[in-house]
Amino acid sequence: MNAPILLQPDETFILNVGPQHPATHGVLRVKMEMSGEYIVNAETVIGYIHRMHEKMGELKTYPQFLMNLSRMDYLGALGYSHCHVLVVEKASGIVVPERAEYIRAIMVELNRIASHLFWFGAFVMDLGGFSPLMYALQDREHILDMLEAVTGSRLTYCYFRFGGLYNDIDDDFIAAARRFIPRMRKSLKKYKALVTGNIIFRKRLEGIAPLTPEMCRKYGASSAVARGSGINFDVRRNEPYSVYPEFDFDIPVYHECDSLARYMVRMDEIEQSLRIVEQGLDKLPGGPIMPDKKPKIIKPPAGDYYQAVETARGSFGVRLVSDGGKNPYRLKLRSPTYSNMHLFDEACRGMMIMDALAFMGSLDLVIPEIDR
Amino acid sequence: MICDKTKQALQSLFPKATPEPAESSPAIPSSEAQEKKAKAPAPRQDGVVERDYAVHGYHLDAQVSPDQLLEAVSILDEAAFFIESITGVDWIKENQLEVVYDFSRYDFDTCRVVIRTRLDRNNPVVPTITGIYAGANWHERETHDFFGIKFEGHPHLIPLLLPEDADFHPLLKDFKA
Amino acid sequence: MRLTLINVVIAVVAAIAFAALNAAYLVWAERRGAARIQRRPGPNINGPFGLLQPPLDGIKLMAKQLTIPGGADKAMFIAAPILAMFPAIMSFVTIPFSDTIVAKNMNVGILMIFAFASMGGMSLVFAGWSSRNKYAMMSSVRAVSQAVAYEIPMLITTITVVMITGSMDLMEIVRQQSGSILHWNIFPVLGNSHNLLMPFSFLIFFTCTLAETNRAPFDLGEAESELVAGFHTEYGSMGFGLFFMGEYANIVVGSCLTTILFLGGWNCPFGLFPGVWWFILKLYLLIGTFIWIRWTFPRTTIYGLLNLSWKILIPLSLFNLLFTAGLLKVF
Repeated sequence: MNAPILLQPDETFILNVGPQHPATHGVLRVKMEMSGEYIVNAETVIGYIHRMHEKMGELKTYPQFLMNLSRMDYLGALGYSHCHVLVVEKASGIVVPERAEYIRAIMVELNRIASHLFWFGAFVMDLGGFSPLMYALQDREHILDMLEAVTGSRLTYCYFRFGGLYNDIDDDFIAAARRFIPRMRKSLKKYKALVTGNIIFRKRLEGIAPLTPEMCRKYGASSAVARGSGINFDVRRNEPYSVYPEFDFDIPVYHECDSLARYMVRMDEIEQSLRIVEQGLDKLPGGPIMPDKKPKIIKPPAGDYYQAVETARGSFGVRLVSDGGKNPYRLKLRSPTYSNMHLFDEACRGMMIMDALAFMGSLDLVIPEIDR
Repeated sequence: MICDKTKQALQSLFPKATPEPAESSPAIPSSEAQEKKAKAPAPRQDGVVERDYAVHGYHLDAQVSPDQLLEAVSILDEAAFFIESITGVDWIKENQLEVVYDFSRYDFDTCRVVIRTRLDRNNPVVPTITGIYAGANWHERETHDFFGIKFEGHPHLIPLLLPEDADFHPLLKDFKA
Repeated sequence: MRLTLINVVIAVVAAIAFAALNAAYLVWAERRGAARIQRRPGPNINGPFGLLQPPLDGIKLMAKQLTIPGGADKAMFIAAPILAMFPAIMSFVTIPFSDTIVAKNMNVGILMIFAFASMGGMSLVFAGWSSRNKYAMMSSVRAVSQAVAYEIPMLITTITVVMITGSMDLMEIVRQQSGSILHWNIFPVLGNSHNLLMPFSFLIFFTCTLAETNRAPFDLGEAESELVAGFHTEYGSMGFGLFFMGEYANIVVGSCLTTILFLGGWNCPFGLFPGVWWFILKLYLLIGTFIWIRWTFPRTTIYGLLNLSWKILIPLSLFNLLFTAGLLKVF
């Protein structure tokens, strides 16, 4: 299959994959030095959709920056907002009502399922199978409808506030979510039969792009990239935040280190997220969704604060350096795909182009999130 | 506990320094009372400080001089830390740039370590850690983009997120668009 | 049938019309089929069931400018799409749809079809080479290795059928399968051969047809997730249209050939009322299978594709050839 090859650097040519290329799912460019179908060297060029969110963070007040987070990752936006509100709440000592925190967790998990579903469809499409995308989008549509009814938007949510939420959930939402869970479980079975068990699909992923745990560590990989390489790392478990310690869920870990392992991790995560949503709905306490007393102007005391959360794409972190003013002094956004994508240059050497692009798909890239 | 071990290992970099008690660093006061004093802050001494995880979100905060950086990062590498991010902070009032390195572990024995080093704002040069952590490559390029900090020995220090011909550093506090 | 000038004109016009109509409406069928598989409506605006979509698409394509990239080999660039369509149309000349409907029956009909089929590979090479595009170039290199790898098992399997029949005449091959499904070459229990390996032969032949027509899961030439659009990356307007129609015309030829060689041509599965309608039915069932497979399976890899041919299909078809020869000798 992937027999060792003799690379002849004097017979190579440069292939520009991107910035507009069907496999890169956005404006990502990979400069590949090719020897026939084999990649000798690759250099990823990013920054085509760089918007300098970190400078915007310094120029805007804390509440003004709330909407920026969801523009980073348009597929799993709520996880990013969650991190931002958590770090500001931690810094300024705002206590969040329990109900709000539960609703946040439910919303983030639903958003994670939506994100994984879109990834699933796009990934199989990278491998040449079109139909699963349509099935996945139909399931995702149910989540988006639910989220839209509560948050008012379908992709770029601005739902979390410092101290709580913008809008409470109603019985319709709870009923819709309860209907969705068995439906999604049924769909997962179908995906398993249609895609996971498909021999062509498995042959394309098994043993492709092995990432050693050591390499993951050197690059700071997280999410399914790390968990597919046998690293049991999920911020929800390793550094519990929000109400996640209250939930009973598993972290899927696969030790095969290949693209199939990364795929399996994400598919299993959908089921785990469903479990969290189910438990969240069962345990949902009553009460307010905003704290009674909250400072009018958010001014965290001087100091620096860090918060990491597990988003759909991995360990996202916000470092907030405050000088006690109305604006952050410095707001660093640590995006998970940035580290995951960085692996690509080293890992794809010696691979065939179609395997490399399948590997790229397995990293779950969202380009605006890399470029920020 | 890995935190204690790492702290001891990092402290060996500072032979004279006595371990400072938590929350007493003059550069980063956290209570309202200390804020007034911070108007004229005394520069923080190099050393390792333990922080309250519940407030700050990390356990160990080590300030090192640029020469000690590689040694400190090697200690973390040996203790199986992974690199989370590298970034900068512009302390324009003190005419200094700070480079902040975040490290964490793939482990349930959680320990987040922040390593910071202060540089002269007019000549910000710091050794690269790409030799230890290959994944530092992009983070250092990004920090170079935003702050103009030069990473000595970096293999490919060209703009990453900014345009190829960018000669400005947008996150400096005196940057005007 | 006397070969008068009128006959020739009628035959050629009929062949072109059949190929072009099929090509156009298979695009419609493919889109509707894909939509059905993906639980969406598909083209349904223009005309009843969207049936006016293909002519409108044709008009749109013809109204566009044919751009030729700078530095491209102009003659080859223009010749390539014509080469994609032409051999498929020519093949229809010798395909018998029933015992009366055939333009010109030849006693080496199979040879002629294979000769033209091998020209189809040339069009991909021409297009890829002349486009002056790295993606197109890589695609044409893939197309060559693919064409070589899959023509061999396809021909060996055909030889098996020819050995059983003793003729390369397509009409004769169908005539010998006359009778019920048990007389057909796919399941020859009552036919003139009792080779029970023939179902596997059929599968090999069908797989090779998929690969020869560059259909999913073997569409490595135009693997759009890595090679953008493969050999027709630089083509627009009717150049692209001809490639597109050529693909479907080739599918029709491949399905016709499969029907004739294995499925008894115009014979009824129960041995009743043989006629052209049976041929058409079988033909479109096969084409439906093509569409079904495309929208179900992901794409293979180039090494997976070549391994399948050289390590599995060729040895299997060779063994089948030997087995058939042995059977013919013994009985």
